[in-house]
Amino acid sequence: MTGYILKRLLSAVPVLLGITVIVFLIMAMIPGDPALAILGAYATPENVAKINRDLGLDAPLVARYFIWLGNMLTGDFGTSFSLNRPVIDEVLDRFSATLLLAGTSFVLCSVLGIAAGVISAAKQYGWADKGITFAVLLGISIPSFFLGMMMILIFAVELRWFPVSGMKMAYGGGGFADVANHLVMPAFALAVVATGVVARLSRSAMLEVLRQDFIRTARAKGVREGRVVWGHALRAAMVSIIPVLGIQAGFVLSGAVYIEMVFQWPGVGRMLVDAILKRDILLVQGGVVFVAACYVLFNIAVDVAQSLLDPRIKT
Amino acid sequence: MQFLSLLLRNRLAAAGGVVLSLVLLLALVTPLLPLANPDVTDTANRFLMPGEQGHWLGTDHLGRDLLARLLHGTRLSLAVGFAAAFFAAFFGAAIGIIAGYFGGRTDNLIMRGVDMLMAFPYILLALAIVAALGPGLTNALIAVAAVNVPFFARNIRGVTVGLAHKEFVDAARLAGLGHTRIILTEILPNVIPVIVIAMSTTIGWMILETAGLSFLGLGSQPPQADLGSMLGEARGALITNPHTSVVPGAMILVIVMSINLLGDGVRDALDPRLRSGALTRPMPATRVERKGTIPAEGEGGAVLNLRQLQTQFHVKNRIYKAVGGVDLKVAPGECLGVIGESGSGKSVTALSVMGLVASPPGVITGGAVYFQGQDLVGAPYERLRALRGDKVAYIFQDPLATLHPLYKVGDQLVEAIRVHHPVSRSEARARAVALLKQVRIPNAESRIDSYPHEMSGGMRQRVGIAMALANDPEVIIADEPTTALDVTVQAQILSLLDDLRRERGLAIIFITHDFGVVAQLCDRVAVMYAGRIVETGPTAAVLRAPAHPYTSRLIACVPELGGGRRRLEAIPGLPPAVDRLEPGCAFAPRCLKASAACREGDIALEGPGARAVRCIHPEAELEEGVA
Repeated sequence: MTGYILKRLLSAVPVLLGITVIVFLIMAMIPGDPALAILGAYATPENVAKINRDLGLDAPLVARYFIWLGNMLTGDFGTSFSLNRPVIDEVLDRFSATLLLAGTSFVLCSVLGIAAGVISAAKQYGWADKGITFAVLLGISIPSFFLGMMMILIFAVELRWFPVSGMKMAYGGGGFADVANHLVMPAFALAVVATGVVARLSRSAMLEVLRQDFIRTARAKGVREGRVVWGHALRAAMVSIIPVLGIQAGFVLSGAVYIEMVFQWPGVGRMLVDAILKRDILLVQGGVVFVAACYVLFNIAVDVAQSLLDPRIKT
Repeated sequence: MQFLSLLLRNRLAAAGGVVLSLVLLLALVTPLLPLANPDVTDTANRFLMPGEQGHWLGTDHLGRDLLARLLHGTRLSLAVGFAAAFFAAFFGAAIGIIAGYFGGRTDNLIMRGVDMLMAFPYILLALAIVAALGPGLTNALIAVAAVNVPFFARNIRGVTVGLAHKEFVDAARLAGLGHTRIILTEILPNVIPVIVIAMSTTIGWMILETAGLSFLGLGSQPPQADLGSMLGEARGALITNPHTSVVPGAMILVIVMSINLLGDGVRDALDPRLRSGALTRPMPATRVERKGTIPAEGEGGAVLNLRQLQTQFHVKNRIYKAVGGVDLKVAPGECLGVIGESGSGKSVTALSVMGLVASPPGVITGGAVYFQGQDLVGAPYERLRALRGDKVAYIFQDPLATLHPLYKVGDQLVEAIRVHHPVSRSEARARAVALLKQVRIPNAESRIDSYPHEMSGGMRQRVGIAMALANDPEVIIADEPTTALDVTVQAQILSLLDDLRRERGLAIIFITHDFGVVAQLCDRVAVMYAGRIVETGPTAAVLRAPAHPYTSRLIACVPELGGGRRRLEAIPGLPPAVDRLEPGCAFAPRCLKASAACREGDIALEGPGARAVRCIHPEAELEEGVA
């Protein structure tokens, strides 16, 4: 197992390098003098000279890439000029907020989606199946940012169950209950689309598995139907559900950008949008590379989970 | 044509199509409609409610007419979404075709790049592109298109790889055509349908994504507005004037939902598996719709007694009579062989006993199954479940498919025991080891922790038998348990079953298509054809003097050791389709002795004592067989 994990980690190295190359090439498309573009309003002659020196911006493209890569490997993602703070510090702060939001949503969408899919398949063509199918269709069609706004109107403004936005109360907030209270609405709004996708896939995976011979064997043994469905069938269906969960994690992370805007959640998505509007290129660049790398590592974890679940995979 | 009618039959998909067409039409004629100018501000009339002062949907935070802005915004959103889909499809297809057509290193290099792009959560890539190019609708369009290029490239490459080595492409190459020419005239026309389908499935997504970027303020810039930026601008007044948010948001929802409905309909209509209605899950027990009187059990003595059992498959308007009135019984310690070709209904008969026929489409439509004197057809599920595996156990063919691939065999055995008996795990495990030893699995203590895929076919089948024996059942129904095995393993397993029934007084119903196996194991045999029993009797008597022409043909199919140069005769023709059985003998079309009388009316299963045949021209006089 350890060997397998190491192997997968090694295979991630070229992917991670590829990500840096792609981000670097995209950023190289910026027209004009890169130093001026990066500094924007802060482009004093001293700053330009300093950044040219630090980032090797006057060097050829390939050399520039390696200087940038080398800096990142030592943990130096540059300095955000709009915030006057090291990029990596800002990204780490913001990413922890995103991780809380997206992580909660990911757990929600996995649990709810799989449960809905299993029920839908087991009660195929029944009213539960029809209800779930319709809810799923609605869920995957509604833009998450619109859903978030409607949730604010209903649950925060009308019913006053949850705070309108933010991550904690301005004064004296930040305790577990306070953050959890702020988390409920954005986490659900973010989870809805992914829940729909997971439910759909789980339903078809379950329908596929329930037709298999080993399900008939379980029934012939006299296993209770609940255990046939939630044990035998779901266990086998998980083999095709887990890879989709890995893909959905990417969609949850993407959707977090919108949800963070709607709910004023201080995450990395909102940071990126603000940075783009302020043309803080280094902050965008560092944030994108960091989050993409985390996503790649997460997918390795998904692969490892898959190999634990399916003894037929050679580790 | 079939595709269209399927699509129309799907009411939701049709509704989606209608709504989408309406929205498209509205977007097309928007410039011709007598609308207010969407960009003219009127700060005196900010936030009018819908209907006020001739503004049907009210006005926004700058006093602009919301209806006009909504229609123009829809137009813009649709245009941008379609354009993004088109560009993504164009570049994606170009990359995919080049990679797939040239293959080798080109393919490798391109697909590596595509994989890298797919390693990003899509929005990061889009944000990076917008960051480099600057906010704006065109740049948002470029970003969304670029993010979707890998998806198209990968799909199209797959199709092209399949095409690149087809004969017509080779022929074009031999004819000396250039690569460009071949790609344009031979490959492209075959790839276009795939491109169109991929576009139709992603276009709703792209509309949503461009709206999203505009919502973030990275897409269309004021005063120009698409649906996303309308929603983004309205967000500031969400709490005070929600209608300015609801209007554009609901429009996006309507567009995306109608596209999804239509897309689902298209997919269902194109997917042949769904078309045949095959992807249904079997219910916990076979559906029972018993018409007519329930036959009585008759004389006792049998542990399991099937009376006039009828099981059908209802597929759309067709009715397949898989089992058309079967009588079978088996006494304790007895082994009954049921023999017939594939499709003769022997497995369905066996599965009907415990309600294990997949349903839908299976339905038990008549007859009775008496177990120890009680009818099980239509019994409550819980009663069936309590008997399954405890009193009546099954051994199935092909244990690789019938054992759960992800559970250790020991756990599957332990479960079989604990479902019916409240013993501790360790106790059940000890019993499982004993069972594995009983079926002669070497190193049972270590094999118990193996997964099915780690065992050989013979070992797996022994596990299947051990599982059937777990609760010391009264009856074992073995459905072709040795068919997938080689001859030596088959012999071992047969002798194992034979020992067990003598030791434990088990009743066995043994289903097979091999008379050799029947001769080795069974006391009595029943021959099935087209869902009915055509001959029955003690094995020795039937083998010595088969009465039904079908039986004698079946026996002639068995090679004998030392049988010299006897010709093995295949039976010409195929078993009849059980959805349109002719009256009379079902075997008549393949029978050399068939006469006109054979094709009229029902022929009874008759004979003296234990023997009976369903034939008016029997091959031999029936003698009362000795059991």
